[in-house]
Amino acid sequence: MSLETLRSDYRLVSEMVRPGTRVLDVGCGDGELLAFLARHKQVDARGIEISREGVAACVAKGLAVIQGDADTDLADYPDDCFDYVILSQTIQATRNPKIVLEQMLRIGRNAIVSFPNFGHWRIRTHLMFNGRMPVTENLPDSWFDTPNIHFCTIRDFVALAEALQARIVRADALDAAGKPVGVKMPWWFWNLMGEQGIFWLARQRDSQ
Amino acid sequence: MVRKIEFSGRREQGSQRMNQRHHEADEPHSLVLRLGADEPLVLESGASLAPVQIAYQTYGTLNAERTNAILICHALTGDQHVANVHPVTGKAGWWISMVGPGKPIDTDRFFVICSNVIGGCMGSSGPASTNPETGEAFATGFPVLTISDMVRAQARLIDHLGIETLLAVVGGSMGGMQVLAWASLFPTRVFAAMPIASAAKHSAQNIAFHEVGRQAVMADPEWRRGRYQQEGARPVKGLAVARMAAHITYLSEPALQRKFGRKLQDREAPTFSFDADFQVESYLRHQGISFVERFDANSYLYLTRAMDYFDLAADNGGSLGAAFRNTRTRFCLVSFTSDWLFPTTDSRQIVHALNAAGASVSFVEIESDKGHDAFLLEEPNLFATTRGFLNAAATARGIPGGAT
Repeated sequence: MSLETLRSDYRLVSEMVRPGTRVLDVGCGDGELLAFLARHKQVDARGIEISREGVAACVAKGLAVIQGDADTDLADYPDDCFDYVILSQTIQATRNPKIVLEQMLRIGRNAIVSFPNFGHWRIRTHLMFNGRMPVTENLPDSWFDTPNIHFCTIRDFVALAEALQARIVRADALDAAGKPVGVKMPWWFWNLMGEQGIFWLARQRDSQ
Repeated sequence: MVRKIEFSGRREQGSQRMNQRHHEADEPHSLVLRLGADEPLVLESGASLAPVQIAYQTYGTLNAERTNAILICHALTGDQHVANVHPVTGKAGWWISMVGPGKPIDTDRFFVICSNVIGGCMGSSGPASTNPETGEAFATGFPVLTISDMVRAQARLIDHLGIETLLAVVGGSMGGMQVLAWASLFPTRVFAAMPIASAAKHSAQNIAFHEVGRQAVMADPEWRRGRYQQEGARPVKGLAVARMAAHITYLSEPALQRKFGRKLQDREAPTFSFDADFQVESYLRHQGISFVERFDANSYLYLTRAMDYFDLAADNGGSLGAAFRNTRTRFCLVSFTSDWLFPTTDSRQIVHALNAAGASVSFVEIESDKGHDAFLLEEPNLFATTRGFLNAAATARGIPGGAT
């Protein structure tokens, strides 16, 4: 897997990770991102994945992945044991996103979170004109059987980061084509135009 | 230094299985490493064992670099006959579905070793072995063993085979305990470790079940304080009951329900007697009877005791993490959802400790209603995980071949 063929959000995440570091990918799926980071960034790659199939696929790639649940199992890790803790397209499926994010910033010095932006204009117009919960290509589940129980917008996420006194080291928004929405734009613009947000957070106390 | 390897492929026809088993204890149908009086095995109890013999089987070919060796550690009632016909029962090897050419533990690619644990009765030194000082079986005069003692004996065998670092150590249940002890005692000699359906310590409930089994053996008048072999007695009833009780713990209620339910055995109605009316009773009786043909009652006492004593955290100042400090071994743990003897929480405790130690660890909980025994059965998810983990380890160690 080369950088060009890597999913665009993964590509951004991989840009944020320093080579040779210790990385935990929470909800790592079949290990695509972890395998890429292990190979191209020489990171010590670890993962947590809820599905047995996902873990088996990771193990076959030589990755160290534990079958587990982001909501309950992050508490098992000691403080500061990772340089980066990554949560890709998973925070909206956690029962308690705030606690998950707190735990990420406890066990890792940096947290990288990507999530679908519920403030995107398509979703807003869908809700406005149809009056029903949006079902889109990227979010295909009906409200009653979706694993995504905690949707948020980019501005909501910024507010949560502030509430947790996390420092936003870097933020990006990707449009529907996976292209970055222009840099140096105000949050309201990203919140409207970004289909997903990718945030790199660090602990406030580590920053100065 | 007296080191001899013997192999006898003969199988005595017609002799009774019990007698044959007694014969196996000293002269097994296996490769044998004999360590002389000048190479004693110092045991955890402080006792010293010499001479010692270790019976083992190998499959596949050791490569020139000696990097492709996988040690399999057997469970309580298992033995070294992993993937060949058993010399006493005539049945297929106990892990034939896992080990062989093209199997998850692929003997076309790996050199697979399995030795009978010391304390066992299939050719490694144990209570059924003849004490050279008396010319009689050791019986209860054999020193009490621990899991670490078994592992240190295996390490002698691995030395003898000229292997510095094993590609992997794999085992389920008591075998998994040995895997953990290997990784803790000899971290640089274990590249990858795979403890399946195991625990870092034997639980109070498990010690309790073992005590029931031992008391059943010792309550049998034919046990003769352990000297049944000398006195020509056969403590089959006690050992059969021990096996019946233990066998229940290896299964699960859904598995028993599915297999037997309340179905009656060869009859239309209950007989209002204590005959084996129910199929499950008949099944357990069969399990008990067939077990005594191939297993030694005193060995059962010694091996269950070794498991009871196992507590890896206690051996490391109370910290399980300390047992794996600075380890470079890669671990893969597996548990089964319906295993109540070595439940998932036991495996998770090990995963937790390995994480705390910064070790490379994978963990899978496999959905199965077959209870603890699932690790010995056709479980495609166990096969897939084992194959994936071992192939990845082999690739990391630069061993050619083996497309996944």
